[in-house]
Amino acid sequence: MANLIDLTLSDLVNKVKSKEISSKEITSAYIDRSKQSKKLNTYVEETFDSALKFSENFDNNPNFKKKLPGIPLAVKDLFCTKNVKTTASSKILENFIPSYESTVTENLWNEGAILMGKLNCDEFAMGSSNETSHFGNVISPIDDNLVPGGSSGGSASALAAKLTPATIGTDTGGSIRQPASFTGTVGLKPTYGSCSRYGIVAFASSLDQAGPMTKDVKDCALLLEVMSSFDPKDSTSINFKRPNYSSNLNKNIKGKKIGIPKEYTVDGMPLEIEKLWEKGKNYLKDCGAEIIDISLPHTNYALPTYYIVAPAEASSNLARYDGVKYGFRAEGENLIDMYEKTRSKGFGDEVKRRIMIGTYVLSSGYYDAYYLKAQKVRKLIKNDFDNAFNKVDAILTPSTPSSAFKIGDKKDDPVSMYLNDIFTVPVNLAGLPGISIPAGLDKNNYPLGLQIIGKPFDEQGILDIAYSMEEKINFKLKTNDWWIK
Amino acid sequence: MSIDLKTVKHISKLSRISIDDQKAKKLEKDLNAIFKWIEQLNQLNTDKVEPLTSIAETTLRFRKDQIESKNIREDILKNSPKDNKDYFVVPKVVE
Repeated sequence: MANLIDLTLSDLVNKVKSKEISSKEITSAYIDRSKQSKKLNTYVEETFDSALKFSENFDNNPNFKKKLPGIPLAVKDLFCTKNVKTTASSKILENFIPSYESTVTENLWNEGAILMGKLNCDEFAMGSSNETSHFGNVISPIDDNLVPGGSSGGSASALAAKLTPATIGTDTGGSIRQPASFTGTVGLKPTYGSCSRYGIVAFASSLDQAGPMTKDVKDCALLLEVMSSFDPKDSTSINFKRPNYSSNLNKNIKGKKIGIPKEYTVDGMPLEIEKLWEKGKNYLKDCGAEIIDISLPHTNYALPTYYIVAPAEASSNLARYDGVKYGFRAEGENLIDMYEKTRSKGFGDEVKRRIMIGTYVLSSGYYDAYYLKAQKVRKLIKNDFDNAFNKVDAILTPSTPSSAFKIGDKKDDPVSMYLNDIFTVPVNLAGLPGISIPAGLDKNNYPLGLQIIGKPFDEQGILDIAYSMEEKINFKLKTNDWWIK
Repeated sequence: MSIDLKTVKHISKLSRISIDDQKAKKLEKDLNAIFKWIEQLNQLNTDKVEPLTSIAETTLRFRKDQIESKNIREDILKNSPKDNKDYFVVPKVVE
């Protein structure tokens, strides 16, 4: 039998169901490897002992009807897990132990999955390189000193290093798709309203979505199917008939119309990304799809719009961290002084910067000039997509304008860091589903991804396109385990 | 439009985040760079555009006005940095 850790999530599920392997064998294998991989700094909280106990319980009393029977999973530390520390990688939440479970993780455990631990991320999911975490940088298994992307950097790194068979992340402006692209893995951001936001530490509520991060497209469909549900506890959860994405998965995309937006050719984009995109188009043609040139004229305005809307919502969401109800408190001379010292010492620099941007754009006298303006431009960006989807079924773009960069390279230049998300942010602003799949390597052998954007609630459509492309691309993620001594 | 040091300190006050002079100077530089970049939105005429206030095109659902969680005082106080078993404790506010 192939090494356990090399199997896909779907293979593991099948082998558990056919009793070829036990939950405990899988769980032990992943725990052992996770213990050998501390150098990557992916875990912020390990629940290895309880995971082993749960796996034994599963094996003693198995339920093979579950979709993730006895499968161990580590998840991004932005999901609240009952009685297990949840920090959002922030000092201000370093001792926070939720008394409730996020709906998305609850859905995982209800289908038989077992929590192995919580994964590092950018503080409050604010970052594109996992360099803003209170618990230190995450290292990419692709190369020493390379960022895994962010904000779901610990998730991407743990998945690519085979420390978990699959994982989940959150995506506010690209936080699933960009790290997936940087690490040669698959990541999907669902339509806004598909996965419940209940119990996810809030960043920007009109943009945040949870989604799967997996080794391949089939796993992605399976995990999405488990995660996505209508949830009355999330006021923006949408009640629609959720298909069985994994069993519906279909490689036949003959006659599908795929749009290529001309505005996604940006200045300074490396030639190898243009070539990759070209290759993507050819794969789609080979599959019988029709390529159509389209225009999304307001693309260039998406990032500045995002950097008003997201910080504005963040400044409001993060007002709750005041040192009173939970989390870190710094003592002060009076109440206000206590608030100010708590938030100054409890938040990291990037989070403080964004709270201040958000506070400014919402403040008296500036609201119309910035926040209202951004909401209007957001409408124009959404209209662009609506118009495009009158002509096409899906849109193909690169996932990122470059491959992964070195730790420290962009840390001191916020705008250049923000530009990383140029192809992913518009999708969040319009609330659409998007998937990044690995599509090739650059000159340094670093992975590059392609993104497929779909109509609202057409996750099945983009999964099918990704599934058919995946076969043609035949990408194999190679890491030589350099981080294991 | 540029953001001066005084404005930075005002925003920090509104944000309830104390900053020292060195941090304020760094933020002044960062915020100016970010807002200079954001200003490009002014190239667009949006006079006749309706602002997008919700991406999910549904109206909010009503629910029954009833208590769902009961006896959770302990749970709620559990993570408090300072409490007296019944209340959150904060520095004295009334003289």
